[in-house]
Amino acid sequence: MKTLSAQRLHKHFDGVVAAEDVSLEVAAGERVGLIGSNGAGKTTFVNMVTGYLRPDSGRIELEGADITGLGPRQIMRRGVARSFQVPQLYPELSVLDNVLAAAACTAGELSFWRPAHSAHSVAQARAILERFSLAVHEQRRVAELPGGVRKLLDIAMALTRHPSLLLLDEPTSGVSAEEKFPVMDTVMAALEGEQAAVLFVEHDMEIVQRYASRVVAFYSGRVLADGPPGPVLADAEVRRHVTGAEA
Amino acid sequence: MIRHPVWLGLAAIVALLLAGLAAPRWLLSLGTLSAASGLVSLGVVLMMRGGVVSFGQGLVFAAGGYAAALLANKAGVSDALLLLLAGGASAVLVAAPFAPLLGRYRGIFFAMLTLALSMVLYGLLVKWDALGGSDGFNMRRPTVFGAPLPEGWWAYILYAIAVVLAGSMAIAARLYFDSARGLVSLAMRDNELRVEYLGASVQRMVAWNFVIAAFIGGVGGSLAIMALGHIEPNFSYWTTSGEFVFVAILAGSHSVGAVFAASFILELVRSFSSSYFPNTWQLALGVFLLIVIRFLPGGLGSLLRRTPKTRP
Amino acid sequence: MSTFVTIVVDGVTYASWLFIVALGLTLVFGVLKILNIAHGSFYALGAYAAATCVAWLGALQISPWLSLFALLLGSVAVAAVLAPLTERGLLRFFYGRDEVLLVLVTYALFLVLEDATKLVWGVNPYFVSEPYGLFGAVQVGSHSYVGYDFALVAVALACGVGVWWGLNRTRAGKIVLAVIHSAEIAASMGVNIGRVYTYAFMFGIFLAALGGALTAPMISVQPGVSVGVVIVSFAVVIIGGLGSIEGAAIGALIVGLARALAVHTWPEAELFSIYAAMAVVLIFRPEGLFQRVKARRI
Repeated sequence: MKTLSAQRLHKHFDGVVAAEDVSLEVAAGERVGLIGSNGAGKTTFVNMVTGYLRPDSGRIELEGADITGLGPRQIMRRGVARSFQVPQLYPELSVLDNVLAAAACTAGELSFWRPAHSAHSVAQARAILERFSLAVHEQRRVAELPGGVRKLLDIAMALTRHPSLLLLDEPTSGVSAEEKFPVMDTVMAALEGEQAAVLFVEHDMEIVQRYASRVVAFYSGRVLADGPPGPVLADAEVRRHVTGAEA
Repeated sequence: MIRHPVWLGLAAIVALLLAGLAAPRWLLSLGTLSAASGLVSLGVVLMMRGGVVSFGQGLVFAAGGYAAALLANKAGVSDALLLLLAGGASAVLVAAPFAPLLGRYRGIFFAMLTLALSMVLYGLLVKWDALGGSDGFNMRRPTVFGAPLPEGWWAYILYAIAVVLAGSMAIAARLYFDSARGLVSLAMRDNELRVEYLGASVQRMVAWNFVIAAFIGGVGGSLAIMALGHIEPNFSYWTTSGEFVFVAILAGSHSVGAVFAASFILELVRSFSSSYFPNTWQLALGVFLLIVIRFLPGGLGSLLRRTPKTRP
Repeated sequence: MSTFVTIVVDGVTYASWLFIVALGLTLVFGVLKILNIAHGSFYALGAYAAATCVAWLGALQISPWLSLFALLLGSVAVAAVLAPLTERGLLRFFYGRDEVLLVLVTYALFLVLEDATKLVWGVNPYFVSEPYGLFGAVQVGSHSYVGYDFALVAVALACGVGVWWGLNRTRAGKIVLAVIHSAEIAASMGVNIGRVYTYAFMFGIFLAALGGALTAPMISVQPGVSVGVVIVSFAVVIIGGLGSIEGAAIGALIVGLARALAVHTWPEAELFSIYAAMAVVLIFRPEGLFQRVKARRI
């Protein structure tokens, strides 16, 4: 059974076709890069899967269960997690507290009296921070952190759920050129051992080439190509409409 | 496993009970009243930690007070503890229907809706002749564990009840602030979107915070009327609600003790002012509030913070 | 029938001064994004200043009509002296901060002004009776109504039309509208935002003070007058919609007429009806009847 099965999704806004007959299946453990120029439909796709948008028609299944049209909170509760292009963090709290809060949300039952800083919770939070090389920042207030660290924290928080489906929205955007590879290396290393199917939206083709096991190219709301990175990135149509390099 | 704040709280309760034995009657009265108002302000702080400011806690203060007074006078309920709990319960009954709705509001609109609700109650009470209208009415003195009390001991006994009750609720509040839900409340104040995208319901949390604050406020209201012996619609007026917010801002949202300390300061200033500076004490409060907002945004309680990074 | 006329006259009169005050409140919110609790304090200051000016000018024994000028003088004085002081000396340190925080700042200001007023004018009531009889009586059917009330309605209409015209038909007004829409964009186009804020605030306070000055002959001017005005003017702008002129007018009419209706037919509902209306609007249409600001809800 596929982790994610999107079937024939359609979405339009006031005459603009944001998604047209989009079908995509992702299995556990896959690392899928979503590419396409702005407005091509990859963000719309992510938004439909995470419940922010409702597809006009089509069906989305998560591990066999129909999640079409459900809201973000319900979808997240079923084992989906996402990170954001602009990291969505809790600026006044410490890095440790950010992860603790995330873990508390994903745990489901929010206790009125069980301490947030119990030994068990803190140990688990620290373990996640370790995986992302963030342990050194544990006590720092998030508002003071540099860009790359914020990105990593954003993804670490998403991972507290141990999701079956993880969507990363432009994980290296806003990260300086020399930091991109270290950040992605850390992310991919942290994902070792997770059963999640990972989709990441990316504009940087080097990143896609290096970290994706599969690439899906979008154009004008349709899936232009879907396959291993080499062939997809070499494809003439993809080169014309997405990567910009003329054949 | 009993935790640090619990011990601190218990120690404070014992210390206050002992200190009260040596205190003059007027100070005991002040202490009781501060505990009562402090409880309502504690509710404001609880909601502020979730990112919303209620300008209408007068609603629950009055609901609790009137409920206690009516039960005492009309239904023959005389036990103080029973009346206090009944006050809390009544406030919850009044507030709960609006909680899910309020859970979806923020900012100015949350403030205005809570304000409007408290003024609706005020409007009802002021014209309700059976409840004394704008004059209100007096409440019969309650009994404690079945026994009426000798006149000389009444002030101390009520003070003791206030200290134990407010102290216990303060400890409970501290435990709540330190709990998983308390942390997520703080997170909610910073970034609601992320909380929702992690699977927790912001609306539900704000609603629960409102209900809990209502209970605390209702208990405060019934304690207040026991201390004053008299209730009137002003309990629900916007200026009363404003005072609870004033204390909450002054105290800040970090320390529970600071809330009661700030409440005590207000009551102290108010009681001295009528004799010594009747026309300048509000001015002093206003200036003080401005200074706190501008230079000490975390309130007085932030001065006490031990580890600023992990213990918000 | 005569009860109906009385209700309408009462209601519209009440709505008139309330509209003038609410107009100031809604304009200040529209431009500066500040919901000013102290707005009612400036109303009271206008009333007190009017009392003083009427007494001064009355002592000159020139003409009873001079008392009307005195009312205007009082409001202008309040606005000219206190508004820049408040805006430049206090509010501007909090610009850009959370809206609710600004409400708290204005609450602190309200506390300060309550006592400041008492310190200057004392705690005894002032009666400003001269202007009230100037317009004689107006006969409608079998009842006689005070001419002053009708004059008040005329002033309210003039204010409403004047402000509307000023905003929509003058260059300065269009700049203000731009700032209302987006201060950031206006600033990037070269508008001196600070100056717009200062003048808008001054005008808003002038309207509050004018409302107070014009009502002074109808009430006893004493401490505590501001408290009721704060809450009822808030009800009006919430019902009408924050930042909307038409909203202030309709809101004032609704509140005025509802109150008059209650007073004459169901006195118990007088206060409760106003705030119930405010709550109902907040529940079903939080941005008010005339949308300008989107309600912050999730």
